[in-house]
Amino acid sequence: MSANVTLETAAPGKLAESGNAASGLTALTPSLTSRAPRSPGQIAAARFRKSTLALFGLLVITLMCLAAIFADALAPYGENEIDLFNITAQPSTAHLLGTDELGRDELSRLIFGARVSLLVGVGTALVSTLVGIIVGSFAGYYGGWIDSALMRFVDVILAFPAIFLLLIFFSIQGSSVLTVILFLGLFSWMWLARVIRGEFFSLKERDFIEAARSIGVPDGRLIWRHLLPNVGAAIIVSTTLNIAYAMLAEATLSFLGFGVPAGTPTWGNMLNAARPNFTTVPLLAIAPGLTLTFAVLAINFVGDGLRDALDPRGRA
Amino acid sequence: MTRFLIRRLLGAIPLLLGVAVLSFVFMQLAPGGPDALFARNARMSEEQLQAIRHNMGLDRPVPEQLVTWLGNILQGDLGISYTQYRPVSEAIWDVVPNTLLLMGTGMVLSLIAALLFGVLAARRQNGVFDLVASFVSYFGLAMPVFWFGLMLQLLFAVRLGWLPSAGMSSAGGGGFWDVARHLVLPAFTIAIGSIAGWSRYVRSSTIESLNQDYVRTARAKGMDEQRVLVGHVLRNALIPLVTVVGIDVPLYLTGAVLTETVFSWPGMGRLFFDALTVRDYPILMGILLLGAVLIVLGNLIADVLYGVLDPRISY
Repeated sequence: MSANVTLETAAPGKLAESGNAASGLTALTPSLTSRAPRSPGQIAAARFRKSTLALFGLLVITLMCLAAIFADALAPYGENEIDLFNITAQPSTAHLLGTDELGRDELSRLIFGARVSLLVGVGTALVSTLVGIIVGSFAGYYGGWIDSALMRFVDVILAFPAIFLLLIFFSIQGSSVLTVILFLGLFSWMWLARVIRGEFFSLKERDFIEAARSIGVPDGRLIWRHLLPNVGAAIIVSTTLNIAYAMLAEATLSFLGFGVPAGTPTWGNMLNAARPNFTTVPLLAIAPGLTLTFAVLAINFVGDGLRDALDPRGRA
Repeated sequence: MTRFLIRRLLGAIPLLLGVAVLSFVFMQLAPGGPDALFARNARMSEEQLQAIRHNMGLDRPVPEQLVTWLGNILQGDLGISYTQYRPVSEAIWDVVPNTLLLMGTGMVLSLIAALLFGVLAARRQNGVFDLVASFVSYFGLAMPVFWFGLMLQLLFAVRLGWLPSAGMSSAGGGGFWDVARHLVLPAFTIAIGSIAGWSRYVRSSTIESLNQDYVRTARAKGMDEQRVLVGHVLRNALIPLVTVVGIDVPLYLTGAVLTETVFSWPGMGRLFFDALTVRDYPILMGILLLGAVLIVLGNLIADVLYGVLDPRISY
């Protein structure tokens, strides 16, 4: 009850603020164009809808997410359910994609695998976006020695053969889904940080930042409310494309045997397990690889679609 | 030019130093670092373990270890392999030529394919070839390298039997044609990602130069299309490609580990993978550092070549 009250008292102020901004926009637009008022978000959404490939990608991703969420209901067998009479079996009506070396249903593991693969993809992308925003904002906003130090650090990380380092670390230390997410994220934020830094350098000189600064807006708020929204497009695109990168990287680590622990069904682990038998039951290797390829393809399509929709200048 | 070269070379030193220090710190964070191989051996007594740790200098303070390690690296001493019982530099040096052969072939293959596909696609923008090429390159970029390798192995080696499925030479073989036959599938595998990426790059930079004034001039003079494309468009489109090739060295390093593992190619990547499974720590660190050197070198060469190829750029 008390929570309700505070929510109600807080809400009007917020509403008035956003309401003002919106009415300010609608008041301006009709004089510029004769079309119905549209927000930048609506314009971007309209552009995105024009791209067939991006929509196709979005459809594939949605289906994969649904499969991951409802895996328990969708999968014909449990993820670790063993059928001892069908070990490395060819596809049949009982096992549509055959079974692996322990007699586990390939289709079911493929569906359950979507969970971990997508989790690693999204988790890694979020970590890398977070680090990228922090490093990029600090370097771009404060400049000077902070900038030099951070950018040299970026150079060093970029000179790292990251996969080598991760493989060494995981082979000695062991790995879990969480550490895979964390460490993949720590090696994929550099591009975003550089973009944000560069954009901040030019944004800093603009009048609206000068105005905000002159009325005493604190640094943190200035970065969060005034600068970061202007690089929103880069952040969204980079996060999307990093999901695809992370899914490939996870599969790479798992395929070599040093990614997500072996029992967990991920597409990379399935490819690893398929290797000894893939000449006799090729589907064991074909299916997870093809699924992963389509997932990455779909995310890349969405990422490119978002880039074109959010930043029309960047179009080739 | 010379001054620029010297400045860039000097700039690479702190970069590599940073990589070395960071690798060291990272490994210190991992409990059971360098001595993992021995510590996990159940038959090893506590005294033996302590003796080994003492011999390896692991009982010294961490900063002292770091300085000793850096000093050794600078003298080209990467330590002794735990499993091969010989200097790491020797073990790596033995297999580096094989990896360079694989990478080099892959890069040449990639460049040829990228130029061919890129220019052909750009010539008829949104034509049939362009659409097919861009769809294929989307696939090439989305595919896991090792999976592509497995599929090539399955199709051309196992099913069709046209090419050998693994290794670098047949037993008793090892002549030029024998190695070349073994090289085909791994080279295509390691190249697939860059064929896709670079051909898209060539396509867009070709389209960009096709719209330049000098191309219109050349055409207005009545120069035939072939010569316009090769002499005017391609030459200018090529310059930025140099940078992309240099930047993609990490891609090839990862590719080497995967390709060599799939095809049992006796190179650096295979050595790395084998060392991973037995936790041969000095070998792993040695290859990690060599990888960093190759990446920095790739960027450096790209920068320098860029200046050499494009007379408009002066340093």
